[in-house]
Parts: sequence; structure tokens; C-alpha cells
Amino acid sequence: MAKSIEELRAIREKMRDQIDLRHKDENNIRVVVGMATCGIAAGARPVLNAFTEETRKRNLTNVTVGQTGCIGLCQHEPIVEVFEPGKEKVTYVAMTPDKVARVVLEHLVNRNVVAEYTVGSLDTLK
Amino acid sequence: MKELSLHILDLVQNSLRAEAKCIQISVKDSVSEDVLEITIADDGYGMDAALLARVTEPFVTTRTTRKMGMGIPLFQMAAEQTGGSLSIESTPGQGTTIRGIFARAHIDTPPLGDMVETLVTLVQGAPDVDFLYRYETDTQTLTFDTREIREILEDVPLNAPDVLHWIRGHLQEQEASIENEMR
Ligand SMILES: Nc1ncnc2c1ncn2[C@@H]1O[C@H](COP(=O)(O)OP(=O)(O)OP(=O)(O)O)[C@@H](O)[C@H]1O
Ligand SMILES: [Mg+2]
Repeated sequence: MAKSIEELRAIREKMRDQIDLRHKDENNIRVVVGMATCGIAAGARPVLNAFTEETRKRNLTNVTVGQTGCIGLCQHEPIVEVFEPGKEKVTYVAMTPDKVARVVLEHLVNRNVVAEYTVGSLDTLK
Repeated sequence: MKELSLHILDLVQNSLRAEAKCIQISVKDSVSEDVLEITIADDGYGMDAALLARVTEPFVTTRTTRKMGMGIPLFQMAAEQTGGSLSIESTPGQGTTIRGIFARAHIDTPPLGDMVETLVTLVQGAPDVDFLYRYETDTQTLTFDTREIREILEDVPLNAPDVLHWIRGHLQEQEASIENEMR
């Protein structure tokens, strides 16, 4: 425990040093995971935690991960929305932690939408 | 829901929507009493008597995105299926306490599941809210209190990625030490 508390203090100091390194707004990406009953039952918890872990490991300090309530497409949960400045919102459906790894790499890092996971790829909605 | 920890995550969303600032989550996991008891007490805006009387009916919601509320009825059903029960107390302006009692050994009682992931998710989504968690077995107790972490972090937010990672590791370590001692 004592060692662990020391680690937490070290994180605090590291975070303080980073505050000046914040990115310009145009680079910021916001990821939002639906966390209502329908989302939670469908597996939103591991999806959310995969996003926070993947972006931490890759040190994507321009990405913020958030949670929201019901997005209104309960049968396609877990749902994730990605907001990039100046671009249209991208809605990913039926997400899993494995899909998250790909979205982080292809979309958040390389800026290419993973079209096959988006709501637009659902036949029922076409 | 496959795990009680997912019900807990869901029920705490209600507390957060009610603008709770401090949320206490207690789990009593007792083999000797054959009980798994989950209590969530918040200091949110509460419910009036009329709403309180109706929330255990499926489809009662004050949401606007869809017409049904499922969280409480699902939890109630899960508890009652095991011979247990649900109770809710609420005072407008003061808060709400919801408690589900499960027969621990009943075949339909879901496992508690991954409380570490539930707590990390809650802190991630509501870094300014205080979460007090207490898990109690016949012989062991585990506690987690975000106020203690906040005191060390000072101005650094609890949902900073490295902090969440630390919280996960810290909770997993505590869970592991309880399990070792129980053997
Ligand atoms: N802790 C609480 N504090 C204040 N109001 C609550 C609380 N818990 C539940 N409620 C009220 O009861 C209603 C029903 O809750 P329930 O969890 O069953 O459904 P929901 O949250 O509306 O939708 P869902 O859980 O399906 O996403 C809520 O909409 C809210 O008005
Ligand atoms: Mg709910």
C-alpha cells in the first residue's frame, strides 16, 4: 500500500508537468460510450474500459473518453460516438473490446473511419 | 445482466442522473447467512412518493429518449427469482437508498462479477463524485474511498488515464489479498 501511494503521487507530478502540453483544439477527438441499461447489458463496460486503456497505452492525450445515457438505438448497443472537430459524428454499433482496438488504431490514430463497424453499414437502416 | 456488478453500474447511473455527489455502494457476501446483499445509497435529488410507488413497474421512466425504464425492474426480478427482495427508500431533496437481497447459494443468483471494472467505469464517468465502496464477507472487508485518492491527487482529476490505471491495479491487489486469506 505504501508503495502504491507513492506511485499515485508520482502520477500526480507527471500529470502536472503535462498540463502545459495540451493539444490545440482542432486535434481533439471526443469518444462517447452509451452507458444506459441497454448499453451496460450489451457489454458497454468492457468497451469503455478498452477505450481508456488503449488510448492510455498509446498516449493519445488528444482523445477524451466520456460516457452518456441512452443513445436511442438500444438493439445496436454497445454504441460509441466519435466526434472530431469539423467532421460529421461517426456512430459505431455493436462494439466489442476487439473492435475498439481497431477503431483506436485506424480511426483515432490514422484518422480513417472503420466503415464496417458504423451504423451506416447496418442493412436494416438503409 | 450476467453479473451483479453490472446491475450496480446501472443503478448508480440513476444516482448520477439524480445529481448525487456522494454514492455509497455496499456488498455483503455472506456464506453463513446465505445472502448477497447490495445496497446503493446516494445523496441525489430523490423521488417523490408517487414516482417511488411506480418505479418497480417496468417502463416507468423520466427519461425522454425512450419510453421505458428497465434498470430497477430488472434488478428486482433478478433478486426475486432467487427468493430475495428489493426495497427502495427515497426522500426528495435528500437521496435514495436501493437494496437488493439475493439468496447467495441459489442457482439463479448471478455472480457478483467484476466490481473492479464497475468501479473504474464509475470513476471514469463521474470523476468529481465521491464513491465509497465496501465489500464484506464473513471474515474479510475491502474498502475503497475516492476521497482518500482525491486528497493525494489534489488538483489532478480522478479520471486521468494513468490514475484510472492505478485505481484498477490498486483494487485488483486488494481483491487478490482477500482471496488469498480466504483460502
Ligand atoms: N437514485 C435515484 N434517484 C432519483 N431518481 C431515481 C433514482 N433511481 C431511479 N430513479 C427514477 O426512477 C426512474 C426509473 O429508473 P430505472 O433505472 O428503472 O429506469 P431508467 O433509469 O429511467 O432507464 P434505464 O435504467 O432503462 O436506462 C428513473 O427514470 C428516475 O426517474
Ligand atoms: Mg436506470
